[in-house]
Amino acid sequence: MTATITSPAFRENAHQALQDKQLQAVLGTMRTGFSVKRAEAAAALPEFEALRDSARDIKNHTLAHLDLYLEQYEAKVTASGGHVHFARDAAEARRIVADICRALGAKTVTKGKSMISEEIGLNDHLEREGFTPIETDLGEYIIQLRHETPSHIIAPAFHLSAAQVEQDFRRVHTQLPPERDLSEPVSLLNEARQALRQHFLAADVGITGANFLIAETGTSVIVTNEGNGDLTQTLPKAHIVLASLEKLVPTLDDCAQMLRVLARSATGQDSSVYTTFSTGARRASDPDGPGAYHVVLLDNGRTGMLGTSFQEMLRCIRCGACMNHCPVYQAVGGHAYGWTYPGPMGSVLTPALIGVEKGGHLPNASTFCGRCESVCPVRIPLPKLMRHWREKEFERHLTPATTRSGLALWGFFARRPWLYRQATRLGAAALALAARGKGKFASLPFASGWTQGRDFPAPEGRTFQAMWAAQAGKRRLAGAQPDVKGQAQ
Amino acid sequence: MPQQTASPKLPQHPRVGLFVTCLVDLMRPSVGFAAAKLLQDAGCHVEVPAQTCCGQPAFNSGDRATAADLARAMIRAFSHLDYVVAPSGSCAGMVRRHYPELFADDPDLRGKANAFAEKTWELTSFLVDVMGVSDVNARFEGVATYHDSCAGLREMGVQAQPRKLLGSVRGLKLVEMEGSDICCGFGGTFAVKYGEISNAIVAEKTARITESGAPMVLAGDLGCLMNMAGKLSRQNSPTAVRHVAEVLAGMDELPPIAAPAASSAAGKGGV
Repeated sequence: MTATITSPAFRENAHQALQDKQLQAVLGTMRTGFSVKRAEAAAALPEFEALRDSARDIKNHTLAHLDLYLEQYEAKVTASGGHVHFARDAAEARRIVADICRALGAKTVTKGKSMISEEIGLNDHLEREGFTPIETDLGEYIIQLRHETPSHIIAPAFHLSAAQVEQDFRRVHTQLPPERDLSEPVSLLNEARQALRQHFLAADVGITGANFLIAETGTSVIVTNEGNGDLTQTLPKAHIVLASLEKLVPTLDDCAQMLRVLARSATGQDSSVYTTFSTGARRASDPDGPGAYHVVLLDNGRTGMLGTSFQEMLRCIRCGACMNHCPVYQAVGGHAYGWTYPGPMGSVLTPALIGVEKGGHLPNASTFCGRCESVCPVRIPLPKLMRHWREKEFERHLTPATTRSGLALWGFFARRPWLYRQATRLGAAALALAARGKGKFASLPFASGWTQGRDFPAPEGRTFQAMWAAQAGKRRLAGAQPDVKGQAQ
Repeated sequence: MPQQTASPKLPQHPRVGLFVTCLVDLMRPSVGFAAAKLLQDAGCHVEVPAQTCCGQPAFNSGDRATAADLARAMIRAFSHLDYVVAPSGSCAGMVRRHYPELFADDPDLRGKANAFAEKTWELTSFLVDVMGVSDVNARFEGVATYHDSCAGLREMGVQAQPRKLLGSVRGLKLVEMEGSDICCGFGGTFAVKYGEISNAIVAEKTARITESGAPMVLAGDLGCLMNMAGKLSRQNSPTAVRHVAEVLAGMDELPPIAAPAASSAAGKGGV
C-alpha cells in the first residue's frame, strides 16, 4: 500500500475542483506567480539554456550507469559512518524507517519536506507504530494539521488561502491568546515557527528527503527556504534521509550544475535560501550533528522504468515548473490528480508507479500544449511520454470503448479518400443546414462535452476539396492552365 | 525550437501542395482559399492533392497503426511537390515533428518521412521564412489580437511571422493580449473527453482576449479558433474570431467563425 489513490476518479475530482470557488481563487494567482518569476530568472542568466542541456546530460549519464553510482554512493556513505538501506517498495521503506525509530526508542519524529514520505504514506504508518511525526516545512505542517496531502510538489499547501490557514492555527494552537492578530502571512509563519521550536528540541529522529545524492562523496543535499530542514537533520539523535534512487548525481560539480537550474526553474530564485550538504554522522570533532545517519533508498517501481522510454522521466528533479506552467493543473489543482505527484510530471510518473490501470486518466488529461516540456530544466519530453502511455492503453484495450469505436469509424473513412470526400461533403452540407444560418450549435449529441460550456461553430456548408475541384473544372473549361492535381481518385 | 532553414536551391516558383487539413476542409473552406491566394500571390504554383487527414487524432489517441496508415497516404499524395504547406501549426507540426518519430523504426519509410517532414511548413512561416514575403498587400479595417496556437509556437517556431505579415495589412492594428502563448484548452479530442476542464481553460483565454480590448481575435489553427469562437459565442461576446489567413487575404466579407451568415458587419472585426 502507498498513499491513498483517487486517480481513477480524476474526472470527478476535477469536477469538484472546478466547483470550488476558494480553490479557483488560489489557482488564479498562478498565472502571475511562479511562471513569471521563472521566466525572469531564465532571462537573467545567458547560459540558462546551456545549463538545461548540461543538467539533462548529467542525469542521462547517471541513469546509464546507475548501478555503478549506487555502489559508489553506498561505499562512501558507509565510509563516513552512515548506513544505506535499499527498499524495494513502499512497505519495505516504511518498515525500515519504523525499525530505525524503534531501535532508538524514539517518540517524536520531526520531518523536513519529502515527497517520498508522501509517496509511501509514512506519517500514517509512523502514527500506527506509536511515533509522533511532526512536519516542519510550513506548507507540510499546515496540511498535516488539516489531514490533507500536498497539492503541489514544492508548495504543499498551495491550494489554501491565508484565511484558511489562520482558521486552522486558531483551531490547533489553543494555548495562544484568541485575540492575537494573524491577518498578515508573516504572523502565520512566526506562529508556526514558535510551535515548531519545541518539537525540534524534543525530536529523537529527524527525517528529510534529498534533492540530490552525490556518489563521489556519499552526501545528501536538501534545499529549503525556511531552514527547517537544517534543524530537522542536525538536532535529533539520528538523521534518516528518505530518497528515491534516481536522486543520484556523480560528483559535487554535477550537483552544483543541477542546483543552478533547480531554484530558477522552481521559484525563480537564483538559489534557495538554504542549501545543505550532509555527509555521514557526527564525527568526534564536530560540535553538533546527528549521532546516526541512515539513507533509505526507495525503488518502488523506478528500476522497471530503466531501459524503457519512461527512463527519461527519471531525470526529473522535482522543481514543479511543469505544473506551474500547465493549463490543466491551473484549472483543477493538484489534488484532482489523485496521488502524490500532480501535473505533467505526475501524469507520466504516476502510471509508472501505481499502474496505468489506475493512473490512465492522467496522461490523457493533457492538451499537449507543450509548455511543460518548454520549461523542464532537464528537458523531459513530457507530452511524448504521455502519448506513450496512451499507446500502452490503446494496445492493452484500456482506451474507453467510445473513443476506440470513434477512432475506428473515423479511420475507416480517412483511409478511403474518395469515400471520405463524399462523407465530408454530405456531412458539411447536413450540418450547415441543421445550423439554419445561425453559424453555431448550442448543443450537439455526439459532442456534449464540448457544448455544455461552449457553442460549436457550424461549417460553411461545402468542403474545400469539393469547391476547389469545381473551380478547377471551370478553369479547365475556360481554357486556363490547370494547377490542380489529384481530385480524381 | 530550431528554425527550419529554407532550401538553398529554392525554385523561383516552387510547386506547393496545399495540405488544407481536415478541419479547414470540412468546417471552413474559405481558409483554404485564403491560403491558396496567399501562396499564389507569393509566386507559388498551388496544387491540392486528394487528401483526408494527417493522422494526428489517431497518433494522439495512442493508435499508431491508423496514424501510420494515414501518414503513408499523405507522403504518397504529396511526394511530387517541392513543399507542403498547411494553414495550421498543429497539422504541420504533426508532419514535421512526429512523422519521423512514427517511422523511426521503419527502414523503408524513415528516409521518406524525414524528407517529407523537411519540406512541410505552416503557412505564415512558409510565406515569411521561405518565400520572403514581408507585405501581403491586403486591407482589413479593425483592431485584432493574436493567439499563439501551441503546436505552431512550440513545434514550428511560429511567433514573429504572423505578426510580421499582419503588420503589413493596411487598416489593421494589432494589440497583444496577456498570455497569448498560453493554451486555449482545445487539445483535439481533449476538448470533448475532458470538456469541463477544456471549458475552464478556454474561459481563462476568452477573459484575456476580452481584456485586450480588441474586437477581433486571430490565430493560425482552426481547432483553437473553433474553441475560442464557441466560448465567446456562448458568452454572447461581440468579439469576432478569424483565421489569420482570412485577414491576410483581405476576406472581410466572410462572416467570422460561429457568427450568423447574415451579420457581415461583425465580419469586419467589429468596426
